[in-house]
Amino acid sequence: MPEPPSTPEPTIEFRHAGYIIPAKEERSILNDISFRIAEGEVVSIIGRSGSGKTSLLKLINRIHRHTSGDVLVGGKSVSAWDVIRLRRGIGYVVQETGLFPHLTVRENVCVVPELEQWPRDRSRQRFHEVMASVGLNPKEYAERFPRELSGGQRQRVGVARALAADPKILLMDEPFGALDPITRSELQQVFLDLSRRVSKTIVLVTHDLREALLLGTRAVLLDRGGVVASATPEDFLKLDQPAVREFIAASELRLGQPA
Amino acid sequence: MTLWLFFATHRHEILSAIEQHLLLVAISMVIAIAISVPLGMVIVSRPRLRALALALANIFQTIPSLALFGFLIPLPFIGGIGARTAIVALVLYALLPILRNTYVGLTTIDPAVLEAAEAMGMTENQVMFRVRLPLAKSFILAGIRTATVITIGIATIAAAIGAGGLGTFIFRGVAMVSNVVILAGAIPAAILALLADYSLGFVEHRWKVH
Repeated sequence: MPEPPSTPEPTIEFRHAGYIIPAKEERSILNDISFRIAEGEVVSIIGRSGSGKTSLLKLINRIHRHTSGDVLVGGKSVSAWDVIRLRRGIGYVVQETGLFPHLTVRENVCVVPELEQWPRDRSRQRFHEVMASVGLNPKEYAERFPRELSGGQRQRVGVARALAADPKILLMDEPFGALDPITRSELQQVFLDLSRRVSKTIVLVTHDLREALLLGTRAVLLDRGGVVASATPEDFLKLDQPAVREFIAASELRLGQPA
Repeated sequence: MTLWLFFATHRHEILSAIEQHLLLVAISMVIAIAISVPLGMVIVSRPRLRALALALANIFQTIPSLALFGFLIPLPFIGGIGARTAIVALVLYALLPILRNTYVGLTTIDPAVLEAAEAMGMTENQVMFRVRLPLAKSFILAGIRTATVITIGIATIAAAIGAGGLGTFIFRGVAMVSNVVILAGAIPAAILALLADYSLGFVEHRWKVH
């Protein structure tokens, strides 16, 4: 099957986007979000719990539907996208990995290629490539089940799965959040190598300021559903808005050292 | 007359009763599975139909079996005397365990797994057939197992409306006040139920996804 021509261009844009949970007591999660993510950027979305960062991520692949404004992927509103096409063109990694417990590592990784009906050889070759790129021996792990892996290995497989169909956009929600500090920094290295080697537009949600500044080419701070700052890692620490200072101070307290 | 002697002299009759019994149970189970499993899949995303289907299945389960057989006899098409009426009743009893287990199995799935499936661009059908159903397999089988054991027991009552099976001996024994004749029906029925329970339990355990 030839590559579908409708793979999203790797740009993301929020135009006054808002998200209200449609319930009896409406709860506003995000309001008036406007910013643009260019091709090849690695944007860290930071903020405390409840700031709306995960919701923001989910507006991009339409797991949540924005309720006002617009969210554009590749210059086209996510509402105008065929949602299946949109999602298959966007890799997605979450903290809990969401690996399919009944499938082997190989089957897990090859889910999207298989949905896209890639020829078997191409899938297999791709499996080897992405496993190698997350630092796992493809032969050794192919037939294992997720329950037979450690947390760090599972997370690597989760990243491999997101990369499998070679999406140009990658969304990551606290991908290293549940790992011990050593595994975490190992995976951060894997991430850095990857993000330098493959040119992808990456949106990474984290509550860890140090991780955000280490991995991102830009950090966006969310507070109570709105964007309060957006800056490169170097500039971010120099910002003097109160919300930014507060977040930095809280992070330093937590880490016991400057971020 | 001892039990062994009765078994020995009536073995052909007992064997053919076992055969009838198994046939009643097998046909009922096939029909019950064919109704409950697809219905369970449909009600995952339809809350109103879910409430209705589970309530109905629940009601069938609460009707005493002898009464249900009695109710069915005068009905046109599905009623009357014989195996057909018995199968209708057995199907109605088997619905609830299979339906409930199918629904529970399909819906108690790690939300992160379902979200990943959605985010990877699976259609609703693909999520059902590639994720929910394989993960619910052992739950569904557990429901089938419960239903099979219940059905083997209730099928003995089917003899009351002329459906044959092992119940024939039980009713005859009651009429003759002969424990030996009752046991000639009851013991094979109990053994069948235990065998079904054990063998389906074995498969269920192997299908379990950790």
